[in-house]
Amino acid sequence: MASIVDRVRPGAIHPFHAAMLAGTVPLFLGALLSDYAYSTNYQIQWSNFASWLIAGALVFGAIALVCAVIDLFHADRRDGRAIVYTIVLLATWVLGFINALIHAKDAWAMMPAGLVLSIIVAVLACVATWIGFSGLRAGGPR
Amino acid sequence: MKRSRQFLLSAFIVATLMFAACSGEPPPPEYGPNPTLPENQRGLLPRMVVANPAEWGDRRPTVPQGYTITAIATGLRIPRQTLVLPNGDILVAEGRGGNAPSLKPKDVIAGYIKSKGTTSVASGNRLTLLRDADGDGAYELQTVFAENLNAPYGLALVDDKLYVANQDALVRFDYRDGQTQAGGAPVKVTDLPSEINHHWTKAMTASANGRFLYVGIGSNSNITERGMTAEVDRAVIWQIDAETGMHKPYATGVRNPTALAIHPGTDQLWAVVNERDELGPNLVPDYLTSIREGGFYGWPYSYWGQNVDSRVMPQDPEKAAAAITPDYSLGSHVAALGLDFSVPEMGAQFAEGVFVGEHGSWNRSEPVGYKVVFVPFRNGRPAGDPVDFVAGFLGEDGKTRGRPVGVTVDPRGALIVADDLSNTIWRVTPNP
Repeated sequence: MASIVDRVRPGAIHPFHAAMLAGTVPLFLGALLSDYAYSTNYQIQWSNFASWLIAGALVFGAIALVCAVIDLFHADRRDGRAIVYTIVLLATWVLGFINALIHAKDAWAMMPAGLVLSIIVAVLACVATWIGFSGLRAGGPR
Repeated sequence: MKRSRQFLLSAFIVATLMFAACSGEPPPPEYGPNPTLPENQRGLLPRMVVANPAEWGDRRPTVPQGYTITAIATGLRIPRQTLVLPNGDILVAEGRGGNAPSLKPKDVIAGYIKSKGTTSVASGNRLTLLRDADGDGAYELQTVFAENLNAPYGLALVDDKLYVANQDALVRFDYRDGQTQAGGAPVKVTDLPSEINHHWTKAMTASANGRFLYVGIGSNSNITERGMTAEVDRAVIWQIDAETGMHKPYATGVRNPTALAIHPGTDQLWAVVNERDELGPNLVPDYLTSIREGGFYGWPYSYWGQNVDSRVMPQDPEKAAAAITPDYSLGSHVAALGLDFSVPEMGAQFAEGVFVGEHGSWNRSEPVGYKVVFVPFRNGRPAGDPVDFVAGFLGEDGKTRGRPVGVTVDPRGALIVADDLSNTIWRVTPNP
């Protein structure tokens, strides 16, 4: 059965790559929700949570990004969708990293930029994951 | 409506922040009673330049013409504050305190970077006694006076009682003249706030009549990033009844009061206070100030009087409006940790005023501090710019060989400086 997994169709990402990519969504989303909580109740622990959730998302995102770039070097997997996916994922990661630095500011100094960036990054992570996974649908599961 | 404008603004802020981080060298820090306060600024990363430690070798700190500096004790275990006893013996409090956990990834990274600029010696948790029996200026006896303390810092002698401010409690030893070792374990006078202990040093001085002890208790964060509940009983100076241990807040809103002293002529309490970081190279000035009973000095809501710090949420405009403006700016980020009033025996130029030990900056691209300055006084008030008294801790080669902490004036005419990087006690005397 393993051989089936290895013969990835054009446009489909490797399951390991998919798992890393999927990890970015709940983590960035969790950071966004934590930021929202901090912005409404000023309880500092929410901003601590957001900082670690973003750090975790950046780890998953970095691995997924490496996988995406490697895929670009495989002619059979490089199509327009893969290029757009990689660009969106790169944008997600870069803005996510800037967001991590903004979250490193003390107390309310991270607001409102941190919350705004968290919204943008969470949306971008969803878009990247959507595009990344859309290749799996072509032809349905084998 | 306001919210949506904030959102638009923030996108702009994100873009400009990246450029703000690349601005050039900051103007020099401002001293005195009326420093110019720039707009606050911070790039994506706080500016961090920490000490790059090196050995002294043949070098020595520099002192003014007509003065001599000697190392009277070496090999200590993080000397912080000193006390000159009536017979001329010197007590040295040694140790490192604090147990603040890392809350964000930033704390892990910044903590590691800052640790590169400090000593790696284990905390002494003890008092060492130095004695120069024959008065030749060489302190031939170096012995442990008391051990198993908990990061001792503030020291005060009132009659035959020696008070030691550990990071978690004020304790008392009996002391008789000439003693070289404590007679037994100390007696606790009162507990001191010690949870987290982000700023752990408990500076102390005794009132002129010896009835009260004043203890500085620093804030538990830079600017409330550990939450407001961590700040109960923090950023205050306590007045403690030496007999009973009963205490009350004497002044509040003092972010980190790291050294206290009584002005000999007026019996007025003075303090040096370390102010908040990450607002730019010339914010916020660390200061020297007389402490008014019941006074509120701004932290965390405002700085240098009534300048509101927007990083604190929720804000408290009433408190900010009531904040007292400090007396004298020592310059932002200098990290003043030592304070003592001079005596005429120190020589005519340095007879009236205070010595201030400046540990040195981390949050500034051009380092400041790393020296002992003298602030002249007239009529019980600061009068004039600070003058370098001991310098050369940060060499022109960029290496840091020492970092001054406590400064104590020996009434016979000497300045005792504790150096917690080279673990040395320096003694500066006017040449005969």
